Amino acid sequence: MDNKELLSMSDGLLIQLLQKNARYKVSDLAAALAESKDSIVERLNRLEKEKIICGYHTIVNWDKTNTELVTAMIEINAIPEREYGYDRIASHIYKYEEIETMYLLSGDYDFMCIVKGRTMQEVAHFVASKLACIPGVTGTKTTFVLKPYKTDGHVLVDDEDGKNTRLVVTP
Amino acid sequence: MDYEKKLSTAAQTIKPSGIRKFFDLANQMEGVISLGVGEPDFATPWKIREAAIYSIEKGRTFYTANRGLLELRQEISNYYYRRFGVHYDPEKEIIVTVGGSEGIDIAVRALMNPGDEMIILDPGYVAYEPSVILSGGVPVRIHLEEKDEFKLTPEKLKAAITPKTKVMLINFPSNPTGGAMTREDYEKLVPIIKESGIIVISDEIYAELSYEEPFSTLASFPEIRDQIVVINGFSKAYAMTGWRLGYVLANPVLSKAMCKIHQYIIMSAPTCAQYGALDGLRHCDKEVEEMRASYLSRRNFLVKTFNDMGLHTFNPMGAFYVFPCIRSTGLTSEEFCEELLNDQKVACVPGTAFGDAGEGFIRVSYAYSLEELKIATEKIKLFLDNLKNRSH
Repeated sequence: MDNKELLSMSDGLLIQLLQKNARYKVSDLAAALAESKDSIVERLNRLEKEKIICGYHTIVNWDKTNTELVTAMIEINAIPEREYGYDRIASHIYKYEEIETMYLLSGDYDFMCIVKGRTMQEVAHFVASKLACIPGVTGTKTTFVLKPYKTDGHVLVDDEDGKNTRLVVTP
Repeated sequence: MDYEKKLSTAAQTIKPSGIRKFFDLANQMEGVISLGVGEPDFATPWKIREAAIYSIEKGRTFYTANRGLLELRQEISNYYYRRFGVHYDPEKEIIVTVGGSEGIDIAVRALMNPGDEMIILDPGYVAYEPSVILSGGVPVRIHLEEKDEFKLTPEKLKAAITPKTKVMLINFPSNPTGGAMTREDYEKLVPIIKESGIIVISDEIYAELSYEEPFSTLASFPEIRDQIVVINGFSKAYAMTGWRLGYVLANPVLSKAMCKIHQYIIMSAPTCAQYGALDGLRHCDKEVEEMRASYLSRRNFLVKTFNDMGLHTFNPMGAFYVFPCIRSTGLTSEEFCEELLNDQKVACVPGTAFGDAGEGFIRVSYAYSLEELKIATEKIKLFLDNLKNRSH
């Protein structure tokens, strides 16, 4: 095995709790996992340092705000380089702040990027004037998102599912 | 006409559930935060729902075999072997029932004669005593104690068995205490059960919600295997309470007798629910495990929070209930729950709803999110503070 460790059971449970709600207090996590607060803090520090926990973010449904925001999926084809493969050209792409998420993929095209901008024109301009001109990029295809339904395991639309219809007291 | 007099003696004798009374109190109040629910907060995994919808689309809307779909019985048989190491023949030893409740009903009816004694555990689930009375039998209660972690001890079992004892009904992990029996605990009961020849109905509905120790069933002891009737179902582990689907595993002679009763009163369990459950057994191990992990963290949270606020609470090894002792407040269980409801609008169930031995305790369900449990326990803490101030 290389230097990746198997995630211990308790690390797994800690991560599972934080994935559901990153705002749990250390004292709540300690109670839920039947551990001391110190041990939770120590483990969180370690998981952060090892970049297993990479951040604690807020999931926002911008559709419900008056903020103008468009999301685009951009497929990119690129020529891999001797020694670097796809990694160096990828770094030329993901360093742009506009790129929110980027993956290297198998299949018809090489990269998938998720980009957010204020208007379609703004995103289109970014693609034409920046992404498409990067040496080694041979083609792009931009698709705009019309409506988000689910992101990172969270359903963003109003859905009856899981609505609590349980009776107030049952045996 | 005095309609009461038209009712059968049995219908008159069985008491309305203590839970019902509390439901009525809580239900007429606005904005109640409930910790009183005996069913999972999770919706049924989508795979199961989708499989049931698909079965309806395909027109699988007819009765199934009395015992249930053979494929489902096969999967139940595989499941009990895979999880708990006990084998049951899908053709002769398994009946799919309308919830675990029907399983209990047909088992009791197939075994009990008027005057026979049936041992039940106290505190215990509300439906057990009425099922004995409806069969004409005599309920004999064993009082479980917190000092034994609400386990059944060999001494208590021996003392309760008489020549008239026909059946004992047990439920571990337990609703309402969360107490559970390990294999070592059961080993001490096995010789007594074997020697007395009694039949044990083992309600194993909370089997998948076992925490520190793996679930153990009496049916896994070969010397008494044929004396054990296993009741289980999909309600708790697969979050399928409203689907009403359970099953009963038993020796072929008893199973045949139960199937006679089942075919006349039920015919067969709902077909679309059976197709859903089939998918659950085949594909939902991961979902079951995730729910179990959630319950475990909630249990840890509640046990610590109640102990920290001065209500002694033992660490239950299973199910989704904690059973805090409220004697230190000087109130009875009923008083505590009523005053808590009136003062902070938090609903718990008095331990006495589950039998006299529940006096001094309340049942707190953790089929709620950690966030909800946090809010509710903060209110219980306020209530305790108010109680203290009142007595000064």
